[in-house]
Amino acid sequence: MTIVVGYVPTPEGEAALAQAITEARKNNSTLVVINSSKGEAAVDNRFAQDDDIQGIEQRLATQGIQHVIKRPVRGHDAAAEVLDAAEEHKADLIVIGLRRRTPVGKLIMGSTSQRILLEADCPVLAVKAG
Amino acid sequence: MDVWSSLMDGFATALTPMNFLYAVIGVILGTAVGVLPGLGPAMTVALLLPVTYALEPTSAFIMFAGIYYGGMYGGSTTSILLNTPGESSSVVTAIEGNKMAKAGRAAQALATAAIGSFVAGTIGTALLAVCAPIVVKFAVSLGAPSYFAIMVLALLAVTAVLGSSRLRGFASLGLGLAIGLVGMDSVTGQRRLTFGQPLLADGLDIVVVAVAIFAVGEALWVAAHLRRTPMHIIPVGQPWMGKKDWQRSWKPWLRGTVFGFPFGALPAGGAEIPTFLSYVTEKRLTKHPEEFGKGAIEGVAGPEAANNAAAAGTLTPMLALGLPTNATAAVMLAAFTSYGIQPGPQLFASEGPLVWALIASLFIGNLLLLLINLPLAPLWAKLLQLPRPYLYAGILFFATLGAYSVNLQAFDLVILLVLGALGFMMRRFGLPVLPLILGVILGPRIEGQLRKTLQLSAGDPAGLFSEPIAVGIYVIIGLILLWPFAYKLFRRTRPARTPLVPANSGAADYSD
Repeated sequence: MTIVVGYVPTPEGEAALAQAITEARKNNSTLVVINSSKGEAAVDNRFAQDDDIQGIEQRLATQGIQHVIKRPVRGHDAAAEVLDAAEEHKADLIVIGLRRRTPVGKLIMGSTSQRILLEADCPVLAVKAG
Repeated sequence: MDVWSSLMDGFATALTPMNFLYAVIGVILGTAVGVLPGLGPAMTVALLLPVTYALEPTSAFIMFAGIYYGGMYGGSTTSILLNTPGESSSVVTAIEGNKMAKAGRAAQALATAAIGSFVAGTIGTALLAVCAPIVVKFAVSLGAPSYFAIMVLALLAVTAVLGSSRLRGFASLGLGLAIGLVGMDSVTGQRRLTFGQPLLADGLDIVVVAVAIFAVGEALWVAAHLRRTPMHIIPVGQPWMGKKDWQRSWKPWLRGTVFGFPFGALPAGGAEIPTFLSYVTEKRLTKHPEEFGKGAIEGVAGPEAANNAAAAGTLTPMLALGLPTNATAAVMLAAFTSYGIQPGPQLFASEGPLVWALIASLFIGNLLLLLINLPLAPLWAKLLQLPRPYLYAGILFFATLGAYSVNLQAFDLVILLVLGALGFMMRRFGLPVLPLILGVILGPRIEGQLRKTLQLSAGDPAGLFSEPIAVGIYVIIGLILLWPFAYKLFRRTRPARTPLVPANSGAADYSD
């Protein structure tokens, strides 16, 4: 089995990662961790830095989970990157974190989670922080 | 009129509500572009030139002065919080400043940078007010041969001393001089480099050239490598300093000022050399040598003071002699010309109120920057989350609008694009843009002085050496040109020292 998880260094992202690890241990699957950025701004706080990624790598290794960590920066939005990875690795499950969005905020910014939920070909597990 | 009363008149002009408003706009805009890597005060002033045609020249220059000083302040914020200097003059600040921020002392680093900039900027501006009239008194006695020599010195020095490659510097200077030649010869009426195109007969508008090289060239360059791995910014609260930080900062501030001002005032000064010298000095004099390399506050205080003092120093030759030594001063000089004001030693006499209002606004801008920057530093850092495509699309829009509005000729847009492509190619091949813009601005004026000299001596080249000051300057030029060879000989006899290179100097070389 393969599980794709969309990771961002926020409480929602951490919750998604923790949930994905639990799922991966349950049925001994490969975990694909995606943390992407469009790379258009000089600063993107949702893009994990090297030491952050190293921490995750260690955490997964000590738990004995087979894993791939991907950090694409090629101008695609996060939803596209997660869906891409799901297709490429023939994912059986996608895990994402949901954040609280007002209807207006959603109208203006769009919703990454919504796009993944609607367009994914496999089950999607949505997790909330805390 | 003595300096003091002229300066007070200047304050009276600069503090009228409208002019004060422009000063506020200037410093805010300047800080913003200083924070953003790749945007510099030179580009901003160039973009605003066409927009400010409708304003009083005084208001426009007050705004430009705010942008200029604001850019110096803003650069330090990114150096400290991101290790990416927004300006080439804040490269040295990043060495210790970023280490301080990583050690959790970002607030103190920002505070010493801001207060140091204020102290140095104020002292530097005071020195400018005192020195510039003295330089003018000396300069009005100079004849055409000396002027010609001084301008040649400025061009060669900026080209040869700044930047990493002399060959590239001179290539860029050559391009600039060639662009400056386009148009009708002022003495004989001969058409030069016009390719039979009547629209080129009046020459290229300096505003269009500046906008093309700084704005269009840079925007194309950024668009070509739009995607970079994003970084995290170090979170910071309100900048503040403890008693110990003050004790350790005030001497580096003053020493930085002493380094910065004279270097800025020299024809080839720039802000890079004094910031570096200040850093090395502080490292040698510090009582906490163990902290250097790990985030020593002296290593932020000194260089930041030096770069602001140099910024003030740069305005001395710009206002007193009409000699720009950095990109922003060059564009400001172009602004003088486009307002129909003749730069040079006569500027203080012919446009006294404007010049003194400009100097007064520098004092005001400095104070405003301190008031704006201390509480707002974390907010400025947020600007870095702006997606670049929006930013550069806006710049291209303003550049096109500006270039068209200068003469309302569609032909100017063609020139804008051609020179914009040139600016892009220069960045691609690592040619510095400063020698080009200086060549364009100073080229025609150098030619004028050369012609005058040769007419006075009836075509005899010996006329170039007819003034003792001119001869002295040619000796200095000779030394500058021979220095690398002498240095090589020197190096051969002594072991090479390890150079000090900052970790992440980015593309900052272009912006200033």
